[in-house]
Order: sequence, then structure tokens, then C-alpha cells
Amino acid sequence: MIRFLLDQELIELTSVSPDLTVLDWLRIHRQRTGTKEGCGSGDCGACTVVLASVDETKGGQPQLSYQSINSCITFVGALHGKQLITVESLATDGELHPVQQCMVNEHGSQCGFCTPGFVMSLYALYQQDADTEILKTKVEQALGGNLCRCTGYRPIIQAAENALDIKESAKDQPELSAKESTTINKLVQINEEPASIVGFYQPDNLPAFATYLQNNPTARILAGGTDLALEVTQQMRDLPSIVSVNAVPELKSIQLRDNHIELGAAVTLNECMSVLQGRIPGSRELLLRFGSDQVRNQGTIGGNIGSASPIGDLPPLLIALHANITLQKGDDVRTLALEDHYLGYRQTTLQSGEFIRSVSIPLPAAESHFSVHKISKRTDDDISSVCLAVHLPMHNGVVNNARLAFGGMAATPVRAKDAEDRLNGTKFSQASVLQAQQAIAMELKPLSDARASAAYRLQVAQNLLQRVLLEVQSS
Amino acid sequence: MSVAGTPIKHDSAIGHVTGSAQYVDDIEPSVGQLHVAIGQASIAHGQIVSMDLSDVHSSEGVVDVLTFSDLPHATDIGPVFKGDPLLVDKTVEFMGQPVFVVAASSHRLARQAVLKAKINYEELSPQLDIAESIEQSFFVRPPHRMQRGDSARELEQSLHRIQGELHIGGQEHFYLEGQVAKARLEEEGGVTVWSSNQNPTETQHLLAHVLGIPMHRVNVIVRRMGGGFGGKETHATACAAFAALFAQRQHVSVSCRLSRRDDMVLTGKRHGFLNRYDVGFDNDGRITAIEYVLAGQCGNSPDLSDAIVDRAMFHCDNAYYLPNVTIDGLRCKTHTVSNTAFRGFGGPQGMMAMETVIDAIAFHLGKDALEVRRNNFYGETTRNVTPYHQTVNTFTVPLLFDQLEASSQYQSRRQAIREFNRENAVMKRGIAITPVKFGISFTVKHLNQAGALIHIYSDGSVQLNHGGTEMGQGLMVKVQQIVASELGMSLDRIAVMATRTDKVPNTSATAASSGTDLNGMAALKAAQTLKTRLVDYLLERHDVQADQITFENDRIIVSADKVQARAYTWPELADAAYRDRVQLSATGYYRTPKIHYDRQSAKGHPFFYYANGAAVSEVQIDTLTGETTILRSDLLQDVGRSINPAVDKGQVEGGFVQGAGWLTHEELCWDDKGRLTTDGPATYKIPAIGDMPHQFNVDLLKDSPNEEATVFHSKAVGEPPLMLAMSVFSAIRDAVASLANYSVFPPLNAPATPEEVLRVCTLVSQAAKSTPNQHE
Repeated sequence: MIRFLLDQELIELTSVSPDLTVLDWLRIHRQRTGTKEGCGSGDCGACTVVLASVDETKGGQPQLSYQSINSCITFVGALHGKQLITVESLATDGELHPVQQCMVNEHGSQCGFCTPGFVMSLYALYQQDADTEILKTKVEQALGGNLCRCTGYRPIIQAAENALDIKESAKDQPELSAKESTTINKLVQINEEPASIVGFYQPDNLPAFATYLQNNPTARILAGGTDLALEVTQQMRDLPSIVSVNAVPELKSIQLRDNHIELGAAVTLNECMSVLQGRIPGSRELLLRFGSDQVRNQGTIGGNIGSASPIGDLPPLLIALHANITLQKGDDVRTLALEDHYLGYRQTTLQSGEFIRSVSIPLPAAESHFSVHKISKRTDDDISSVCLAVHLPMHNGVVNNARLAFGGMAATPVRAKDAEDRLNGTKFSQASVLQAQQAIAMELKPLSDARASAAYRLQVAQNLLQRVLLEVQSS
Repeated sequence: MSVAGTPIKHDSAIGHVTGSAQYVDDIEPSVGQLHVAIGQASIAHGQIVSMDLSDVHSSEGVVDVLTFSDLPHATDIGPVFKGDPLLVDKTVEFMGQPVFVVAASSHRLARQAVLKAKINYEELSPQLDIAESIEQSFFVRPPHRMQRGDSARELEQSLHRIQGELHIGGQEHFYLEGQVAKARLEEEGGVTVWSSNQNPTETQHLLAHVLGIPMHRVNVIVRRMGGGFGGKETHATACAAFAALFAQRQHVSVSCRLSRRDDMVLTGKRHGFLNRYDVGFDNDGRITAIEYVLAGQCGNSPDLSDAIVDRAMFHCDNAYYLPNVTIDGLRCKTHTVSNTAFRGFGGPQGMMAMETVIDAIAFHLGKDALEVRRNNFYGETTRNVTPYHQTVNTFTVPLLFDQLEASSQYQSRRQAIREFNRENAVMKRGIAITPVKFGISFTVKHLNQAGALIHIYSDGSVQLNHGGTEMGQGLMVKVQQIVASELGMSLDRIAVMATRTDKVPNTSATAASSGTDLNGMAALKAAQTLKTRLVDYLLERHDVQADQITFENDRIIVSADKVQARAYTWPELADAAYRDRVQLSATGYYRTPKIHYDRQSAKGHPFFYYANGAAVSEVQIDTLTGETTILRSDLLQDVGRSINPAVDKGQVEGGFVQGAGWLTHEELCWDDKGRLTTDGPATYKIPAIGDMPHQFNVDLLKDSPNEEATVFHSKAVGEPPLMLAMSVFSAIRDAVASLANYSVFPPLNAPATPEEVLRVCTLVSQAAKSTPNQHE
């Protein structure tokens, strides 16, 4: 059974397809049509809803944590143990929620079709437990995954800021927290039993997960689903058997060591961002441009590695840092360098019944230059045409063990090893950069596609080395 | 204060933010409702040899399948010219063209079923390149020419002469709500169709032909669209037709909603253009003669392309006087989806040619393009005739330029940018100011008419109907304000009704920025009729003169003198008038005056007036990657006497951002087989929130009532602001040009994607190295 709250109503689903999306459940099964389908692929945000879940990590009382997600690429199983909040939920007794009222006052809607999604992204931001001034800096981040074709965004940004001002002036309303504790109690109760319906299994411990996958190797691993769900919504495939990483605590673990970080494969991209930022230069900026808030709330580091996209976004950064991944099949565990995991276009060493358990990320060497560069047509929520992560350990200006990891330059994320060789053992200078640029032209053979031509990719890959030189010179 | 002229919220704003505003797909399904999916051709050009649909028929949930031979009556839904078959008979003309349709018990099952077709083709080579279409005179409609003076002779004699060309990409509408329609069978074989549609009358007309019934049996209803932008002017009909055909066959309600991918593949886009120019000018950059070839990529059928390429021709003067001019407009055919209306309707592509010419002249002479622009503006009494022989009226561009040059500190910022560029090797900045003069009226004369229908009920509440459709542009609230102002009535007394072909017949598309001009005026006339009847009625009951009766503040005051004033509430007056048998329902009708045009001779006065605007944009480009950032944009738009400043400002801001998307990162790509490779938002990038200019100053020109007698002397605002984004494109050109110290004109094509900007940066840098510097 899948159990969750829709507002305050307990919903129990027993006979739904495991690949039924939250959007279709709302619109078709519940006739709750405020939530819209704009693209069905998680790229426009019109279907944004908010999930509230119990967060016990902050110490003291359990709190509700609110996250926006794209309901069009979320399967209903992901609702288990959570509260689903939609645009219909917000107004109480005919009174609009501040984010709604401010959208009305600022003329933030024109055709209105994207508006429910914007309202829900704003609501998730509004509900965040942080100072108003900090939240105001996060408006673009919160709305980067919501497309509006009418307004040009200015009035929506204004509405967001005004709503946050209202939040500031209406702090600490006791009746609100009372309502939240009721919700928390209900959710804790629901969570006592794991989700299970035919075709959807969400184990709550690692051995159960490993055993299930070994016995059911055709089950698809749901580790965020922002890519997997596209098979259902875009390619019209049915997914009869899904196993979710979502409730396995071992896969969600985050361990900070002296010189490396160990992340469970089910750590979300937004969680990654809070761990990596400040520890790995450029990681925050890269992750802020990784999909959208909705995608980062769902998508996981393991899913990103496992989908084996030639672009990847995180893999270049991880490969440049010489990250290892740990794979598990049944009780067997093996570890290998991430770069060795990729064999070809969307092909990896992952065996049937095997899964990614964790990622170990060494921190950049003390004396080194590390930076990440993502180039795309659009800044927000776009896939790189070229991504470069570069790690240049330097001693007295002389580079050793350089690592240049590219996305978008081959069938898999790759290192430019010849170019690295040209940089190793010499001072990092215009001369060595020229050498490395020439090597890149020889060893990397990118493709032309809708994002960019091969010639552009190559030119930019070379130019990005120039950028790195400028960075090093100016630091 | 009159309710017209105030920034009232959108009539559906609360519905939008609460999710209660209903769109077509939100209508509660009826019992047994079927869902349509479209089976599509997998080649761009060729013949269907055989088709096996047995697996489609037997697919789960499938109830009915339709092919060309099953179509009972008309098979072509071309709006003006034939050429748009509802389903392919034998010849495939673009990849994705509808070959068959399926009705199944759910949307998903229908979509799964269509993938099971087995179709064999005899492939022919597709024509995909507009330059080759020009070469081969491969056209969907014959070329057309506009001419004034002797451009050939004057070009020969001109002091300076340059030639060039500009490729301009198309644009996907990306309305957030995709195409959708729902049909229900009515008595006597009629249908009711709820459609996301800018042109309900056209759909009614075509459905009557497709179904073989009179128009009076077809009722098309549009309450609102989740965006239109021109994409639902003619391309909404197919979904409506498929739904209605299945409803007729299966006697149940049928919904046809396109997935985003299908919408992007199956429906037309903004025309790409290849524009060539040959211009002569004097030492001041004043144009003495110009010849243009404007070639629009129409796709596989005419659709609206004749009028669209015409509008490009009407606008390749933009704001400038062209004393000797020849304009050839070509309607090129390619084996791609048929391109269609999109905000600006060819106008933007024509204006882009003109602004490119101006920039090229400025570079050639080493002048600030602002000065060249001013030198070429239309004059007030001389130099004021367009290439189509209309004397320019309502032209406020020089005023807009003066105000904007000052308010944006154009000159000092231009100097600062030159300084910045000298000091920065990698990041380069550019600035440009560009005007917009956009002709207002449909260039097809008979479309310039509109109707309205207003009912006052006996409780004093009012229903407002007119032929215009709401796609987010705020038409309904503006017309509501107009009627409320005329009747001195509070807004909430007036219910905005869905647009229905059974309420107001024979309407035009809500297009050409004309929605408020036409429907607002029609509604005003209906309100005036009702007001006159009520005044006449009151004159019978009270011993007063007509000018002693006032309608204001939601009251009707009858006053022989102040002491004996009698104030009616609307419920009182409506009920009294009803009991005394006064007719409380009225129609209104409007047709635009003064316009005429003879296409044969390309002469006339096609536009009632012009909408004007101007913009200054400053950009920064990264010369290592080609990425562009819009640092600041200042917009100033003349909307006449605004009926709703908030709505109008929303159109200006939104139009600009949409235009900037078109000219920067919105890129349509096809592979060499004719497959659209940018078929979803993952690959086709409309502006996101971070693409807004970092500093964004938007104003409406003050105190500028339209000289022409438009409704409350307002001006149209729907399309014109889109073209303010040309300032971004010219600013990018300016930034790139800094790489060669402004001595080389950057041959930048649109869209200026990072790849295109980097390409041109490379070209300009190389040119700078190989040629001596002219300006140092």
C-alpha cells in the first residue's frame, strides 16, 4: 500500500500502476486539475507540487521540510509517508496565501497556465526555514525550473519578494505550528510501514534492497527518477517493476572525512550542493545550474552517475577529483574509479542485479587549482554543450597529476589525458596551455547535435583551458 | 476616476493562482470519453507504399482508427489556400505529418497505440534548405514585389553602396498549454467544441466542411488559452477536427490533446528568413536607394505565409524613409512543418533586415548607429511615404528616442563601454538603441471587423460577449473596463463570458494586435446602444434633459437640479426598464475606418495607425565561449492612452523577453533527414528567469493619446514590444565589433547563440589581424 496525505486527507493506494505519475493521479484519478501538464518531461515546472516530509535531522523537535518537485516525472510511490500539497491547498477559507495574493497584486499571471507551478515553487521557498533576506537571494534559484512564456518574469520576482516581506511580518504564528504538528504526527504514523504495491518496492534497509535487486534484476532502480520517468512519459514505455532507493538509510548517508567526502548514492543533488559547497570550489555554481530546484530535490548523485549520460554534469567534477564509486551486488562489493565505470554511450560496468552504493570524493589537493566550467545555450536548467572540470595540483608552479575531465566531448564523460601530459611537469603557462589545447584537438572527437556543433565544442574546450590560465594568473 | 485607464488585475488572476481557472483539458470528462493520438510520418518527403495498422487496432483501449480514406467530407484544413490535408493521402511533405489518428479509452493508451503502426514509404529527397529553395524557385506561393522610385538607377549613382545577407531563425511558440480540443455531439448531428483557439470562427467554418454540416450546427467555445502567440490562429483546427470526427463516429465526447513533443513536431512555428540587401547611402548614412529580397521559409504549405511575408515586406522600412526602394518577397517551400503566425507575423523578420542595414551603414561610415538611425527617420511633412505608398501617421519614434537617449544615459554609457572594452581582453560589452514602428490593422481588409453582445439582466448584472479570445494578453479585462466605463458601472457587475461562435458570429482571429481595438470598440458600441435606450426610458419617466442623466459610480443619477436628484441602482433601473419592456440586450459592431490596399499595385493605406516603441540594451559577451548576458534594457513603448497600464506593461515586458529569446538562445534544429531535433524543452530553450535583463526599466510613453479615433484613443500593444528585442541583437553586434576596434561589421545571424557569437568573434578577430585598422 502507498499511504500519504493529500492536504490532511489520508490516501491509501493499493491498485495503481507503479509507473503512474503524481500528475496523472491528480488530474485523471482525482480530477484535481489545478496542477498543469506543460511538457511531461520535468523541464517547465507547470506541474510543480510541494511535498512535505518529516525532517528529524535538525535536532530538537521534528520539523516539516517542504520541497518542490515536478509531479509529471514523479511516480506515486514517491509520495509514501509524505504530505502532497497542490495549488488547490493554499487558500484557506477563501483567503489567498501570501504568495498567491502577491502574484495577483503584481500582475504575475497572464495566460495563467504556468501560474500554479510558480505558486507552488514560491510556496516551497516561503516555507523554508531561513531568514527572509537569505530567502530573497534564493528567488531565482527557486524559480529557475519554472518557465513562463508571457510575463518576462519581472512581476513574478516582485511578487516573490513581496510575499517574503509578508512572511517576515507574520513570523511565529502559533496556529500554523499547531497544524504542522498534527501533520507530523500523521506522517510519523504512516511511515511505520514501508510502501509496497505490486510492482513498486521501497525497502527500508540495505540488505533488503540488495537481495531484492539480485532476485529481481529486471526491476528498475528509482533513484530520483528525473531521467527514468522520461521512459514512461516520453517514450510511452510501461515500467512494471520498480525498486526505490528512497527509504534506504545507508544509501542516504553523508560522511565528511579529513580529505574526502563519502556520499550514499541516494543523496539528492540539493543535499550534494550543501555538502560540496565551500569544500570544492565551483561545486555550488555547477549544482545551481544542474536542472532546477525541482530536479535537484528529487535527482540523486547515484542516479546521475548511473544514467551514464555523455554530459553528466557531476561526473566531470567527480572524475577530475579522482572519485571512486562503490558497487554492490547481493553481498559482493567492489570499488573502482568513476572514469573506469564508463564503457561507451550509456554503457557502464554495472552488472545485472548490481547497484551503485556510494561515491567517495577526494577533496582538491591543498596546493592546487580546481575549477568547473559549464557552457550551455541557456544559463538556467539547460544541459551543457561542454563541461570542464580541472584539477591542477601545483608545487612551486609546476603541475603534477593534472586532471582535465570533460562532459559533452565524447560518448562518455572523459579525461583529456594527452592534454594532461602536456601540462604535467611544467609550469602552468601560456606555452603549456597552447600545447594542451593542441592535444585536445587530437584526442577528443565530439559530436554535433541540437546543443552545439562538434567544431564549437572543440573550440570552447580549448578556450576553457585559456580561461583556467586566466584564473590561475589572477589568483 | 474612470475604471478605464487604471491597472486593474486580470479578470482571471485569482483563478490562475488558485488553479480554479479552467482550461480545456480541465473540463470534467464525460462517461465513455475517448482520447485521440496522432500517428505520424517518419520521413520528411515521399510516398506511402503500404500501411499496416492491425497492431494499432488491436492495441489495448483502442476504439477507432481513422485514415485519409475514412474522412467523410472535406479533407483539407488550409485556412486561406488549400494544402493542409488533415491526414496524408499518399504524399508525405514533412516528418511527423499526421497519417492516421486513433481514439482510445485513455490518452496514454492512444499514444502507445500509434507507435505500433507499420508504414512503408518510397522516400524522396527532402528540400530542407531555404537558400536552395530560392535557387530553385521552390515556392508555396508566387513572389510579390513592392516598389517606389527607381532603386536600380539610384543604387548605381549612390555615393556608398554595400550588400549583405542575414539568416534569421524561426521560433517555437512554446505556449505553456499545448494544442487541445474537446468535442461533444449535439442534436441534429451538431457538435460543440471546446478549443484552445485564437480563431474560433475559422475552426467553426472548417469543421462544418470536414463534418459535412452547416456552420450553424458547429459551436466553438474558447474561455481562455494557456498562451497562443499566433500558434493557435490556424493550427488549432486539426485537434478540433479529429475530436469532432471521432465524436461523430462514436457518439461520445472526444478529447484531442497534443503532448509537448507532438505539439512541437506537428504544429507550425515562426518563419525563418533569409534576407538579402543592396543599399546605397550618402556620407550622413542617409539611405538613397535600397533593394531587398526577403525570403521566408514557409514549410510545406501556404497556410498564412502569403500575408506573413507581405508583413515582412511592409516592415522592412521599420522607422526609416526609403526614397527609392524595391522589395521582393519570396515564399519558399521546404519539407518541414508549415510555418504560421507568431507574434509580429513576419514584421520582426522584415525589421531585422532594416536594422541590420542601418548597423552596416554605421560601421561602414564609422558613425554611431544612433545618429544613422536619426538621419533616416520618417519625416513629418516630407520624407514620410512608405514603400507601399501610405503617408506615415501617428509616428512617435523621434520623441521616444529623445526621451530614451536621455533616461538611459545612452551617450555616457556608450563611452564607458568603449573604455571597458579597451581594458578587458575577454569580456566585451556592447550597446544599441533601436526603434519599432508597427502597422496596426489586418492587411486583409475584411478581417478588420468585430462584433459584441451585451445582456443586462433584470437584477442589474451584465454579461459581456465579443469575438475576441483571451490568451493571457488581458483582452477580457480591458473590454470589461471599456464597458464599465461607458456604463459608469462597477467591474464586478460585468461577467466576462467565454468566446462562443453561437453568441457572436463571423469573427476574426484574435491576432494582429487588434483584439482590443476591434472588440473593445464593438463592445463600446453595444454599451452605447444600451445606454441610449436607458436614457430614452428615463427621459420618459422624468422631466429632465438627456444631459442631466449621468452614469457613474455604479449609479444612474437623474437630476433636474441637485436637490431633486433621483439615483437609481442598477438593479432598480434594470428591473424597472424590464417591466416597462425596454430591450436590455444589444449587439455592437465595428469596422476599422480609413484602410484600403490594392495588392496588385502594392499601393494603399493598409494600416489605420502605427504602434511605436524604442529600446536600449547593453550586453556583455564572453569571447572565449560566446555566452551573452543582457546587463540592462530600457524600454519605452507608446500605447496611446492606456486602458490598463498594468496589462500593457505586462505585454511590453513579456514581448521583449520573448523577442530576446528568439534572437539569442531559441534555436530550431533539423537533422539532414528533416527531423526536428529540438523537439522538447530539454533541447529548445525559451528564456528562463535568469535571462531577464539584470536591470530592466520599462515605461509607457506619457500623455500620448492616439491621434486616430481608436477605443479611448489607446494603441495596440500585443505584438510591437517583441521587436524591442532587436536592441539586444544590435548590442551583441556592437560588442563583437569591439574585437576589431569597430572597423569590421560582424556578420551575425540570428539566433545569436553562444556558438553563433563565438563564430562571429572568431571571424572578426581574424579580419582585424588581416586588415589595417581603419579608425585608429
